[in-house]
Amino acid sequence: MGRITLSNVTKSFGDVEVIPPLDLTIEDGEFAVFVGPSGCGKSTLLRLIAGLEDVSSGEIQIDGQDATDVPPAKRGLAMVFQSYALYPHMTVRKNIAFPLRMAKLDKAEQDRRVNQAAEVLNLTDYLERRPGQLSGGQRQRVAIGRAIVREPAAFLFDEPLSNLDAALRVGMRLEISELHKRLNTTMIYVTHDQVEAMTMADKIVVLRAGHIEQVGSPLELYRAPRNLFVAGFIGSPKMNLIDGPEAKKHDAHTIGIRPEHIAISAEKGDWSGVVGVSEHLGSDTFFHVHKTGLADTITVRADGEVSLRHGDKVYLSPRLDMIHRFGADGLRLS
Amino acid sequence: MATKASRSAARLMMAPAVVLLLGWMLVPLTMTLWFSFRNYLPLRGGDQGFAGFDNYVRFVTSSAFWPAVLATLFIVVGVLIITVVLGVLLALLLDQPMWGQGIVRILVIAPFFVMPTVSGLVWKNMFLDSVNGLFAHIWRFFGAQPVEWMIHQPFASIILIVSWQWLPFATLILLTAIQSLDSEQLEAAEMDGAPALKRFWFIIIPHLSRAITVVLLIQTIFLLSIFAEIFVTTAGAFGSKTLTYLIFQRVLESQNVGLGSAGGVYAIILANIVAIFLMRIVGKNLDA
Repeated sequence: MGRITLSNVTKSFGDVEVIPPLDLTIEDGEFAVFVGPSGCGKSTLLRLIAGLEDVSSGEIQIDGQDATDVPPAKRGLAMVFQSYALYPHMTVRKNIAFPLRMAKLDKAEQDRRVNQAAEVLNLTDYLERRPGQLSGGQRQRVAIGRAIVREPAAFLFDEPLSNLDAALRVGMRLEISELHKRLNTTMIYVTHDQVEAMTMADKIVVLRAGHIEQVGSPLELYRAPRNLFVAGFIGSPKMNLIDGPEAKKHDAHTIGIRPEHIAISAEKGDWSGVVGVSEHLGSDTFFHVHKTGLADTITVRADGEVSLRHGDKVYLSPRLDMIHRFGADGLRLS
Repeated sequence: MATKASRSAARLMMAPAVVLLLGWMLVPLTMTLWFSFRNYLPLRGGDQGFAGFDNYVRFVTSSAFWPAVLATLFIVVGVLIITVVLGVLLALLLDQPMWGQGIVRILVIAPFFVMPTVSGLVWKNMFLDSVNGLFAHIWRFFGAQPVEWMIHQPFASIILIVSWQWLPFATLILLTAIQSLDSEQLEAAEMDGAPALKRFWFIIIPHLSRAITVVLLIQTIFLLSIFAEIFVTTAGAFGSKTLTYLIFQRVLESQNVGLGSAGGVYAIILANIVAIFLMRIVGKNLDA
């Protein structure tokens, strides 16, 4: 159905190599998320798979068929764009029916599929409206509707939620995950938001400057980041990274400890410091602790009921079994 | 403009412009209306009192009236079709990234800066002349008999010249409109299976509809009153007399200001009829 394999794929714009040789397999029915900081090549990679950009070298296979030189329309993929890219002069019905119309399906079949998609996406009441009359979340659903009516081999999402407000984003995240469970179709999802990546993905692909830093399930990445970049990128707030003598004690160049794996106390502990800003989220409180002699700031997660004030002296105790060790080359030491 | 004081200050400051504009338009309009009811023959006795609706009746019943109206519409419609169709194609072409883009764009716009009289004369003498014009040479090169453009194809000649002048305007406006098209829409259509021609028809043309409306409206206003191109080429002969040209002939060649003014009022009515039609047909594109 939708197994996508990239082998030795590269992409250069002029002299600039955006994607160095890269191998990646996305299994049928998998929800793969490409995540990385902006400019890391994740959107370019998606556009290569979609066929909107030509690869400079290498091969793309969809379902075992070489698709490297196949035009985008023939690859059987559907894409949801960041700006939704709805056709503003067409009604929602016509927008959703557009790919079917281009495929010259008969009118009755078009109507049947559009109505079905509209039902799935709660758009039935809006079919005669134009995109300009819809809210951001509804437009997003229309864009998804336009993708699902084609019954594609795989869906490609290019930062689809970045134009929505925070509450809607959480809602749409669930809807897309739900859709994936129901359709069981391969989905490739590009985002820079690691929360989206962690919550939605079966497989996360962390990219930096076109390189794949690590591929794995969300928890694999969280528990065993392969290098310092992944360690710093996955997890919110970020993992604390500590160099120097403290790391030497653990036979490492750098050690990392997540905020949730440090206990904070006003009386005793392994490290001492002074509380700086504290962020109260209600359920949790994040303390930024300074003057520990280890790093500029150590972030610590504590229960929401712990009350410490700016300037208080505190003691920190890391959970020793949760310390990640990294060598001088930035790679994880097992 | 929130407070009363700032509102009245704004009115005061706008007043000179409004008064000037009103004067600019109202004085000639009133004078035209006034003269159209007078029997005014400057070289044959001057102003000879009220004529009632005589001028209006005479102007319409003249054998030259309906041909002039048709000629006007024919030229306007012809130029509109040519400039919009070629304008869209040229805009698409100029939107492609290419070497020397800036210079090419300036060259494309250049005809718009040539005065109508000059371009009319250049076309008549350098291109359309049946003995020494460029076209005549081309015709002869292929062994054909050169066309007497001014005599046998007066409409084609005038439409050609005016289209050449107005094409840059249409191209410029349509080019800016094309540049504002979200490229993701085209990519989405490509993913949806629309080949280039269908993308053009279903995405680009609807996106351009508003700009095309603007081009049509603005050009119509100016094209209804073209004069210089006719004056220097056919001088209204061979059936190429437009309403504007007819009015000119009535006032200056027949020295009948009253009759010409009545024609002017008809021209205003014609312009408004055309404008209403255009608004009806394409005006809905201007709604947001």
